[in-house]
Amino acid sequence: MKPLLIRNGRVVDPASGLDARRDVLIEEGRIAAVDKTIERADLQVFEATNLIVAPGFLDMHVHLREPGQEGAETIESGTRAAAAGGFTAVAAMPNTQPVNDTPLVTRALLAQATQGNGVRVYPIGAVTKGSQGEELAEIESLRAAGAVALSDDGRPIANSRILRRALEYAAALNMVVIDHCEEQQLSEGGVMHEGEWSLRLGLRGLPALAEQLPVLRNAVTAALTGGRMHIAHLSTRGALEAVRSAKREGVPITCEVTPHHFSLTDEACRDYDTRTKMNPPLRTPDDVAALLEGLADGTVDAIATDHAPHTATEKQTDFESAPFGIIGLETALGLALEKLYHTGKISLLRLVALFSTNPARLLGVEGGQLKIGAPADLTLFDLERAWTYRTEEGFSKSRNSPFDGRRFRGGPVATLVSGALIFRR
Amino acid sequence: MAARKTLTRLSQQHLLGIEPLSVEDIELVLATAEKYQTRPEASGRGETRPVPRLDLLRGKTLVLAFYEPSTRTRLSFEMAAQRLSMDVVNLALEASSVQKGESLLDTVKTLAAMRPDALVIRHPGSGVPHFLARHTTVPILNAGDGVHEHPTQALLDALTIRDHKRRLDNLKVAILGDILHSRVARSNLHLLSKFGARIALAGPPPLVPKGLEKLAPGVTVCRRLEEALEGADVVMMLRVQLERQREPLFASPREYARHYCLTPERLARARPDAIVMHPGPFLRGIDIAGEVADSERSVIPQQVANGVAVRMALLELLTGAHP
Repeated sequence: MKPLLIRNGRVVDPASGLDARRDVLIEEGRIAAVDKTIERADLQVFEATNLIVAPGFLDMHVHLREPGQEGAETIESGTRAAAAGGFTAVAAMPNTQPVNDTPLVTRALLAQATQGNGVRVYPIGAVTKGSQGEELAEIESLRAAGAVALSDDGRPIANSRILRRALEYAAALNMVVIDHCEEQQLSEGGVMHEGEWSLRLGLRGLPALAEQLPVLRNAVTAALTGGRMHIAHLSTRGALEAVRSAKREGVPITCEVTPHHFSLTDEACRDYDTRTKMNPPLRTPDDVAALLEGLADGTVDAIATDHAPHTATEKQTDFESAPFGIIGLETALGLALEKLYHTGKISLLRLVALFSTNPARLLGVEGGQLKIGAPADLTLFDLERAWTYRTEEGFSKSRNSPFDGRRFRGGPVATLVSGALIFRR
Repeated sequence: MAARKTLTRLSQQHLLGIEPLSVEDIELVLATAEKYQTRPEASGRGETRPVPRLDLLRGKTLVLAFYEPSTRTRLSFEMAAQRLSMDVVNLALEASSVQKGESLLDTVKTLAAMRPDALVIRHPGSGVPHFLARHTTVPILNAGDGVHEHPTQALLDALTIRDHKRRLDNLKVAILGDILHSRVARSNLHLLSKFGARIALAGPPPLVPKGLEKLAPGVTVCRRLEEALEGADVVMMLRVQLERQREPLFASPREYARHYCLTPERLARARPDAIVMHPGPFLRGIDIAGEVADSERSVIPQQVANGVAVRMALLELLTGAHP
């Protein structure tokens, strides 16, 4: 294959602090050079003028639904949606059927992923057997088989003893434990954020307190064990402030925020549209303001989608009966540009750090920076092109997005994994 | 109140709740319902009796789908329809395909395909009528959705209040008891607020949560029952909805009764001419004392009678009897 030159793009690489016009040369799937002008004969050229060239985006919170719920998504469809959203890698949550709680399932997932479009799939192993929260899973074997992190996502780690043990393993194995923070004694039966809108709509609430309390517990436990704690889809001001103060004290704690939580509020539930039902739920304008501050000041480490496909049949029911979750891979960058970059809240360097550099570092995987000799995983996007997201034109098998029909300013243009163009608009 | 224009038809195709209705819509429903009340001259207590059978909606069909037990609301709708010569079909849920696992939407689409003229639905899920309304053009009448709204109850309550107080504006209304789980309370506070009433809520603290005062203008949450009752023109009691509580929110019915039952002593704080209302079924000695329920102050029987008149009005207005 001819070497590929990504010419004259605005290269944004937070790891080196670079934000300037550069040419990027790719040889044999790896980054060969990043320079002001690269002139060589016999090159294939990708004209990147007016495009941002960034290290490949990694969505560290995705539900690919395979094995077990292939009607909603498969590794094949999910990775195509990822590529269309500008992601070169995804971390797959273990709440499949069966749960990814053994090396056998981890290896099967990795094998299946090789049949896809090339988007890297990083399995996340379960903390407990069957994610039942009772007995630890085969954590060391999961690690050896390729699991990059531990989580019982879909469920919180309710048992504090289990959390402590998992963090002890995580410390020794240099893995991160990802927790969906929800005190279920407080949230049981809730279907949306507890507040003025839940009262108005007559829907049972998921209180902010139910998220904040386990975050406080997790921070204390991480400090005790030295295990790295990552808070999944953080959504409330209280929880964000808990993370901020723990970080200040040097606790090994990080967190991610989803695009829907920084873009929408609980008012979006007013028509009982099941596409606005997810857990954690859409919160108040004050919570959104807190998340935006956290994204800007570094309290928030990553943007992750919590891409959660559900079939039309599952979602086409009344609000209380519908399952939680929305898809998000194809709208994440558009929303981040709209709410974070175009509003002047964050720089492009910060945006790329949230999508690429930080999640790669958290999971301890290759990528997240434009290093000579590293695999050429690149995300190319633009800042201005107007486009409209339509679920029926999307790549996910599911259509449960509240952003169907939304107009965006800027978005993914090309996605490369190991130098291969796997998506191009 | 500013001058209102008089409507001849509702601004809404469905009756999903009180919140989306305008004051003019409500006035139209009440004015239409008044046609269906008869007022014996002798009675000075605003007693009413529905008019005899009319032919207005002959040939039209009403489907009743009650996914939750109901006696009075279902019977009231049936009677209202029959008085207007409508055919009434009851969806017998125990025997229907719902028991065979058919989805709610499929059931309703099937019903809609039979082209009824209106569908009355009661469902334990808040927002179910709103969901169904997005998938059918058959007018839907919400007969109670979860803990969200029960609009026909609020309309019949408004008619009853007006019968007795001759107005809906400038009233002080106390709504007492389990507000959190009450769709009746939500519909009533929206309706009364639209007419400028001052509404005081009180009950056990977890059942009267913070934030209720934001639901509509004029609503205040009182810490004590006595405070809410002070100077009230109308006292609305609510049933304790034990079946909707996931966890016990008070120690026992006895503990509740001791502090929240409407006794003659508590009622003495309201205005001397205050009326007492209850959507029923009421728990004698728990949410309302027997001597209050049976007293001259209680308008509970008129509420029931007005229920038929209001539902007749809604059937007339929503099934296209008007051009």
